[in-house]
Amino acid sequence: MIEILQYEFMQNALIAALLASIACGIIGVYVVVKRIVFISGGIAHAAFGGIGLGYFFGIDPVLGVVPFSIAAALSMGIVSKRTRIPEDTAIGILWVIGMALGVIFVALSPGYAPELFGYLFGSILTVPTSDIILMLILAVVIISVVFSLHKEFQAISFDEEFATTLGVNTERLYLVLLCLIALTVVVLIRVVGVILVIALLTIPAAISRQFTHTMKSIMLLSVFLCAIFTTGGLWFSYAFDLPSGAMIVLVSGTAFLICSLLKALPAKKGMHTGFSI
Amino acid sequence: MQHERTIVKLEDVWVLFDGVSVLEEVNLSINQHDFLGIIGPNGGGKTTLLKVILGLLKPSRGQVSVFGHTPERGRKFVGYVPQYSLFDREFPVNVLNVVLMGRLKHAKRFKRYSEEDKEIAYEALETVEMHDFKDAQIGKLSGGQQQRIFIARALVAERKLLLLDEPMASVDSPMQTELYELFEKLRHQMAIVLVSHDISAVSIYVDKIACLNRKLFYHNTKELTAEDFEATYQCPVEIIAHGVPHRVLREHK
Repeated sequence: MIEILQYEFMQNALIAALLASIACGIIGVYVVVKRIVFISGGIAHAAFGGIGLGYFFGIDPVLGVVPFSIAAALSMGIVSKRTRIPEDTAIGILWVIGMALGVIFVALSPGYAPELFGYLFGSILTVPTSDIILMLILAVVIISVVFSLHKEFQAISFDEEFATTLGVNTERLYLVLLCLIALTVVVLIRVVGVILVIALLTIPAAISRQFTHTMKSIMLLSVFLCAIFTTGGLWFSYAFDLPSGAMIVLVSGTAFLICSLLKALPAKKGMHTGFSI
Repeated sequence: MQHERTIVKLEDVWVLFDGVSVLEEVNLSINQHDFLGIIGPNGGGKTTLLKVILGLLKPSRGQVSVFGHTPERGRKFVGYVPQYSLFDREFPVNVLNVVLMGRLKHAKRFKRYSEEDKEIAYEALETVEMHDFKDAQIGKLSGGQQQRIFIARALVAERKLLLLDEPMASVDSPMQTELYELFEKLRHQMAIVLVSHDISAVSIYVDKIACLNRKLFYHNTKELTAEDFEATYQCPVEIIAHGVPHRVLREHK
């Protein structure tokens, strides 16, 4: 097993897994505690439009996702906050429009789209160094923004209305948070693909919050769990020659089931058992 | 009492949701030292009225002035304790950090809360007698204790008017008395508006009562007649008056 680490593709895969873990471990906690899983799923799927855009212009599809997923995040946020369209309806509509645009862009692109499946379901073993650099930059952006705005994000996650009454521009903060989710989606695309992104945005945080009760410790535990799930999934994928993205998701999902069952077992007296996601 | 400054003024305020009126021609003045109780049935527009004052809802018609400004600009003088049931009790945050959220606008942007913010938060926790719980996760506290924390959160914002939405919901009786005593203490520092569907308890402590059921019935006193209640609830109401050794209960027509 150790000898495979000397291959560049394996080194890149591990670095990608680590960067993805940092991004989704931190942002996933906001997604779970603020209960914005659905809009995050919407942003992730709509991001497929960006992949199509990349193919269409002949650039790195992951680079195409950056502007497209941010545009999707902003439009979902603004439409759901400012119009009278119910939030989940607006997200559902923008979700499918993003994906449909992706399909059209791919169809309009010259030639074949050979790696399309990898962008949909992840292909961590084929991450080029250029994408690693992009992922690194985005991870630094995500960490810096969270570091400077954590108290604001915590306040709008806990009670957005109260923050508004304090005179805080909660809508703008919410949009910034959605943009961070969009950037996290970009970081995760190579690892699990747009379809499976939501697994890493929710499962590690959902497990962590069962065991610890401050945002910071949940984030640290999520990053750690995410790293275990991605490398574990990678190992299973290598050992059994099965798709890596799906293996990562199955490892995460299994871990979630086991943790939830352990929590649900008749606990010792005085032990806290209730949790919700 | 004549020379008191009016801090909030609502004139002919209407709020319609999809053409259905929730508030109708509401006129209300709140003075500097008021302790006003607003009572009315569930769905009578009590929360809506508070949200209009806070600028969270724009009235369909009418004028609202909060400390001489529009509600959006005047809200920096208004503290708010929302209805307890709206919170996610599993939220991973401790008591101190919930209280600190009230300092969000005072704290420097891009920085953590300062030592001064923390001092003020500790003081507020002393005021509501919850200092020992500062490290507890908010969801582990009882309803009444959580209510105290949300009051502390409103206090650290250092406002001149405190709006309390159903502060006694899910609070047991002994704790209710303690909370009212806390309001007694706070009323010397700020005006208080307390909204409740529970007529009996409110009336002992407040010095003015208004009834709200789409329309507001307000006489600038604490004295209420059965007619006021009937106008509000649109049916005879049981009034259990404290200190009065009988109750008024009339037949339905």
